[in-house]
Amino acid sequence: MTLLALWIPQLDQIFVIAAHWLLSYLPAALQPLGSAILSVAAIIVAFATLFALTTLLERKGLGRMQNRYGPNRVGPCGLFQPLADGVKSLTKEDIVPIRADRAVHFMAPILLVTACFLGYAVLPIGRNMVMVDMNAGVLFFFAVGSLMELAVFMAGWSSRSKYSLLGAMRAIAQMISYEVPLVLASIVVLMQAGSLSTVTIVNMQASYSGIWPHWFVFTPWGLAGFVLFMIAATAEANRSPFDLPEGESEIIAGYYTEYSGFKFALFFLGEYIGMFATSGLAITLFLGGWSAPFSFLAWVPSYFWFFAKLLTLIAVFIWVRGTLPRLRMDQLMNLAWQFMLPMTIFNVITAGIWHFMPGGPLRWLVCSTMVVAPCILFASGLKRKKKFQVRTYHFSQ
Amino acid sequence: MVGEGILKGLTETARNFFGSYVSKDRLTTVQYPEQREPQIEATRDFPFLVYDGADWQQGMRCVACQICEKECPPKCIFIEKSKDKKPDAFGKSQFYPATFNIDISVCMSCQICVEVCPFDAIKMDVDYHLSTENRFGGLLLNKQRLSKSNEYYDAIHPTEAAAVDAQRAEEQAKLDAKAKAAADAKAAAEAKAAAADASLGQKAPAQPAAGDPQ
Repeated sequence: MTLLALWIPQLDQIFVIAAHWLLSYLPAALQPLGSAILSVAAIIVAFATLFALTTLLERKGLGRMQNRYGPNRVGPCGLFQPLADGVKSLTKEDIVPIRADRAVHFMAPILLVTACFLGYAVLPIGRNMVMVDMNAGVLFFFAVGSLMELAVFMAGWSSRSKYSLLGAMRAIAQMISYEVPLVLASIVVLMQAGSLSTVTIVNMQASYSGIWPHWFVFTPWGLAGFVLFMIAATAEANRSPFDLPEGESEIIAGYYTEYSGFKFALFFLGEYIGMFATSGLAITLFLGGWSAPFSFLAWVPSYFWFFAKLLTLIAVFIWVRGTLPRLRMDQLMNLAWQFMLPMTIFNVITAGIWHFMPGGPLRWLVCSTMVVAPCILFASGLKRKKKFQVRTYHFSQ
Repeated sequence: MVGEGILKGLTETARNFFGSYVSKDRLTTVQYPEQREPQIEATRDFPFLVYDGADWQQGMRCVACQICEKECPPKCIFIEKSKDKKPDAFGKSQFYPATFNIDISVCMSCQICVEVCPFDAIKMDVDYHLSTENRFGGLLLNKQRLSKSNEYYDAIHPTEAAAVDAQRAEEQAKLDAKAKAAADAKAAAEAKAAAADASLGQKAPAQPAAGDPQ
């Protein structure tokens, strides 16, 4: 028993200890560089593996939701399917349209993947397991996140294809529209924590009252913020039901219509890595990062909790994808500007009131009302019957 | 209520997800190479040539009349008529196809060749495992690859084959009756001639009847 008690903290810090041990072999001058390379390699390997796993889980999960088996041919239960997919995309011919801007066409997928991976620099994956503890971590995350839009537009513009350009236009319109509620939804946490550092935010949530943790999601404004954040994150990741930029029934594959082979796989990778990164930020901001859900489970290694929460969110993403049909363009924009934006602004006010009211049931009542009432109000505004008229066109127009 | 439809949809997909692990009835997928659906009797894909008996060259019903070749809409049949004649299944001397090729990469499985064949020589097959490594030669079926026995035809299309067999048996019976009648007539003529010879008192030797069909 005592041996176990001795080993548990060691197990929690095993990666940190291993990294220190490896770095001790380097000369002191090279240690910062070695540390950086080691963390980058670990992040890339861990999340690329998670990506491979997710593609398989997604196909199997979607299959089951549609009463199908899903992939079950390659290896036991189709476990090596991602490997087969990887080999396939690597051996495919890489076609570049003859009139495409070759340089930009080549750079777009690389920029996308780079931008998606940069966000992980500030995500605390476990206790003491963050690559850079920036004092403006959340700001950094959103800043590199917006690089994705640039990559998407580069891809659409350089392909010289109407489908690519239309897809890129849609993607830009959507990503910029949803970036606003995404940032506003996370502001409530920054207000409460009083810090932009992701490590500080997680540390604030990693304490318990009785067995219950102090996660921000267990407050009215936190819950609303979390739901709004996840909706905006789905739109940011171009996932169903917000997958208009790549609506295959309308514009083939959107901005990556003209990509094939490994570049296509890179776009695919970037999309999933981006989704994991935003989910990781949601976990950091609202779901207590690496902290255990109950105080008596705190002995389980912290990185386990982070990945458990991440996989849960991925499962929800898959579930939503298997359920909801694609939105129309006007519905998408109405949702962003008529529902998400006012809701997030209201939520900021709610968080402010929560901060200045004394604790107790009254605070809960007031803040819950302030979340539920506008939600019903704005949603009914969205549902209001719109009048459609036949538009007549004239030559002069 | 706001979001009611979304919740309903999420419940439905969750039910499908867990239900597909519990009840096998939900999964309608047939795991193809291991499991196969039974084929319906009217299944058809590409034509084949029927032969009677054991030897495919001897028993081939096709007489190289080339009707199917002319009727084939995508022109996937190629027939070369033989120079000589061979006795067919009924014993009649007939031409036979020296070459009979069907390019199944062109064939559209319309069954017109089957419908126009007066000899019941070409029928539709049900075999769909036709993948090959050579896309030109492998899909151009020659006479030997096209030939399949009547027993095979009976096995794949029992009802249709039974009707064809009955019809052919009837034809055979008719031919037999005709041959028998001819033989009887010949025998009678011979007997008559013999009787005449006898009455003539062996003046002339018996001569074979002229115009004997055999």
